[in-house]
Amino acid sequence: MRTYESWGRFPKVRPRQVVPIRWRTDIPALDAFDAPVLAHGMGRSYGDVCLNENGVLLDTTPLSRFIHFDPEQGILRCEAGVTLDQVLELVVPYGWFLPVTPGTKYVTVGGAVANDVHGKNHHHGGTFGRYVTRFELVRSDGSQLICSPEEHGDLFRATIGGLGLTGLITWVEFRLKRIPSALIEEELIRFENLDEFFEISAQSDVDYEYTVAWVDCLAQGKQLGRGIFMRGNHADVPNALYPNSKRKWGVPLDFPEFVLNPLSMKIFNTLYYHRLREKRKTVLVHYEPYFYPLDAIKNWNRIYGRRGMLQFQCVVPFGDHREVIAAIIGRIARSRRASFLAVLKEFGHVASPGLMSFPRPGVTLTLDFPYEGVPTMHLFDDLHALVREAGGAFYPAKDTHMTPEEFRLSYPRWQEFLNYVDPKFSSSFWRRVCPECGD
Amino acid sequence: MTNVLIVGATSAIAQEVAKHFARAGDRLFLVGRNEEKLNAVADDLRVRGAETVATFLMDVNDLERHEPMIEEAERTLGPLDVVLIAHGVLPDQKAAEQDVRLALDTFHTNATSVIALLTPLANRFEQRGRGTIAVISSVAGDRGRQSNYVYGSAKAAVSAFTSGLRNRLHRAGVQVITVKPGMVDTPMTAHMRKGPLFASPEKVGKDIYNAILKGKDVVYTPWYWALIMWLIVHIPESLFKRLKL
Repeated sequence: MRTYESWGRFPKVRPRQVVPIRWRTDIPALDAFDAPVLAHGMGRSYGDVCLNENGVLLDTTPLSRFIHFDPEQGILRCEAGVTLDQVLELVVPYGWFLPVTPGTKYVTVGGAVANDVHGKNHHHGGTFGRYVTRFELVRSDGSQLICSPEEHGDLFRATIGGLGLTGLITWVEFRLKRIPSALIEEELIRFENLDEFFEISAQSDVDYEYTVAWVDCLAQGKQLGRGIFMRGNHADVPNALYPNSKRKWGVPLDFPEFVLNPLSMKIFNTLYYHRLREKRKTVLVHYEPYFYPLDAIKNWNRIYGRRGMLQFQCVVPFGDHREVIAAIIGRIARSRRASFLAVLKEFGHVASPGLMSFPRPGVTLTLDFPYEGVPTMHLFDDLHALVREAGGAFYPAKDTHMTPEEFRLSYPRWQEFLNYVDPKFSSSFWRRVCPECGD
Repeated sequence: MTNVLIVGATSAIAQEVAKHFARAGDRLFLVGRNEEKLNAVADDLRVRGAETVATFLMDVNDLERHEPMIEEAERTLGPLDVVLIAHGVLPDQKAAEQDVRLALDTFHTNATSVIALLTPLANRFEQRGRGTIAVISSVAGDRGRQSNYVYGSAKAAVSAFTSGLRNRLHRAGVQVITVKPGMVDTPMTAHMRKGPLFASPEKVGKDIYNAILKGKDVVYTPWYWALIMWLIVHIPESLFKRLKL
C-alpha cells in the first residue's frame, strides 16, 4: 500500500526489505540484517538521502508517540516518527511553535534532526538542531545512547545533520518557541531584479524574523531575478492560537508529462509575479498558508508525473555572491526549464550545531525541475560548476547530482564524521557521494 | 469527563481510539501484557490531554484476574462509563488446522476471555443503567471461510455474544457495540500483503470513537465492509463451499 519513494520520485530504487519500527523499547537487532539499514520517515527529502537500494528501510512512522510536554517551559519529548504537523497540533493551543520549520510540516522529528533542517528564520534562529536538547540513538552494536551536548557530545553533533548514518534516532527532546498567536503579519514586496532583492533582504534582516523570496526564473535581461519578497513576524492578536485543519486538496493522479512545459511555466511565472498588483502589501495570515503553502495540496509532487522531479539547493558564500547568483539564474532562464518553486534567501551567521549541517553564511537558492533526462543533467552540470567555483555547497536532502568531490568540498569535516558513522547504516546517497566509506 | 477502560490497550487500533478520548480530556484505565509498551502508550495519552491515565498488567487469559482488574479500574477512575475490548490474536490458519492447542488457544484469547470479561462488566453496567460497551469483533465472524475460520469462529462467538448482550442490556439503557473491522494495517496483519482494501488504524480508530459517541449497534469499519459482507453472507452454501475464500 505504502510506497517508499523520496519526494522527488527520482531516482527510482527499491529497498530489499521494509521493517516497521513500532516500539522504542522493542527495536529489532540491527546487526542481524544481512544488508545495510536506514531509517525512513515521511520520505519528504527529495533525492536519495532517504533511500536504501537493496538495503533495509526502518519505517519510523509508527513510532509516533509523545513522551513528555512541559507547557510552562516549552520543552517537548517525542518519538522520532512524530511529524511536525502533529507537534503543531499539540503545542500551538498552548502558545508554542516550532523553533525552526522547513517548508512542509509533513516531516518527522527524526528527519528534521538527521537533515538539520532550516527555514525562513535562519538569519535569526539558525537550524532545527540548535533547539535539540537530547535524543536517543540506537546503534547496531545494540547500545542505546542518550546524546546531548554534554553526554556523548561528539555523537550528538555528528547525528544532527548526520543523514541517519550514525544510528537510529528513537526519540528527540527539543525546545519550542513562544508565539503570541497562530497568525503571521506578512509583507509582500515586488522586486524588479536581483539588486533590489539584496537591498530588501538587507533592510529586512533585523526587523523581520522570517524572510524568503520567490524568483521568476524565466525573466531575463534587466528583469533577471525579479520576484516577490515575503517577510513576516508572528502577529500579536489575542485569542488566535488555533492550529488549522482545513480540508486538503489532493492530486488524484500523475499528471501527463506535457502539462509542465516551457510555455506553461512561463505563463505561471508571469502570472505569479503579477499577482501582486501593487508594489507592496501587508496581510495577516495563518501560519499554515504562510509556512506550508504546498501542504495544502496533498501529493503535489504528482504534477511532475511518473518521471519525477529534481531539486537543487545550494548556498553561495558571501563575497561575489551577487554575480554568482545572477549567473545561476541567468543559466536557468536561458535553459527555459525553470520551475515554479524558485526560492531565494540569505542565510545568517548563526552557527549550525552539526558536523555536517548544510546552512552556512551565504545566499541559498532552491529550485525544482521536472526530470527530462539528458538536458536536465546538462543544466545541473552547469549549475554545479558555478556553485563549485564559488566555493559553495549542496544540500543532501535535495540532491541527486553531487559528486564525491563536491561532497567533500561541501562538507570539509566529512573525515571527522566518518568516525561516527555506524558500520551497519548506509543510504543510496551515502554510497553515491562516499563510495569508499562503506568498507 | 468519561471514565474509560481499555483492554488490549497497546493494540494499534486501541491506541488510536484512546487518542480521541485523551484529546477530549477523559480518564483512562489501560490494560495490557507488556509494561514498557503500556507506559509508552500512557505517556502519549497524558501529553495528548487525558486527565488521568492508569495502567494494569494482565494477560486476558488469566481469567482469575478479571474481577480484581475491574475493581482496580473503578477504584482508580470511579464508575466506568465506557469499556473498549480490543485484544485479539490472528493465528496462522494452516498451522491451527494441524495443531489443536493453537486452535483452542486462539479461541480462548479471542472469545472465551471476552465472554469472561463481559459477564461481570455487563452486570455492573446493567445495575447502574448506563454506559457503553464496545467490543472489537471482525468481519471474519460473519461467515466461516477456509482461509481463516479458526479466527473467524471465535469472532463469530464474540459477535453473537455481544448481539445477545445488546438485546438484554438495551432495556437497562446500556449500549453494546459490535465493531467489525475489515483488514487493518497493524502488527497483527504485518505478514499479509497489503491490498487496496486495507485501512489504517487511524481510520478504524476514528470510526470506533464516533460509534461510541453516537451509540451505534453494529459498526463495519471502513463502511464498505458492510457491502462486502452482505454479499458474502448471501452466497448460497452450495455455491459458497466450492469457492476459495
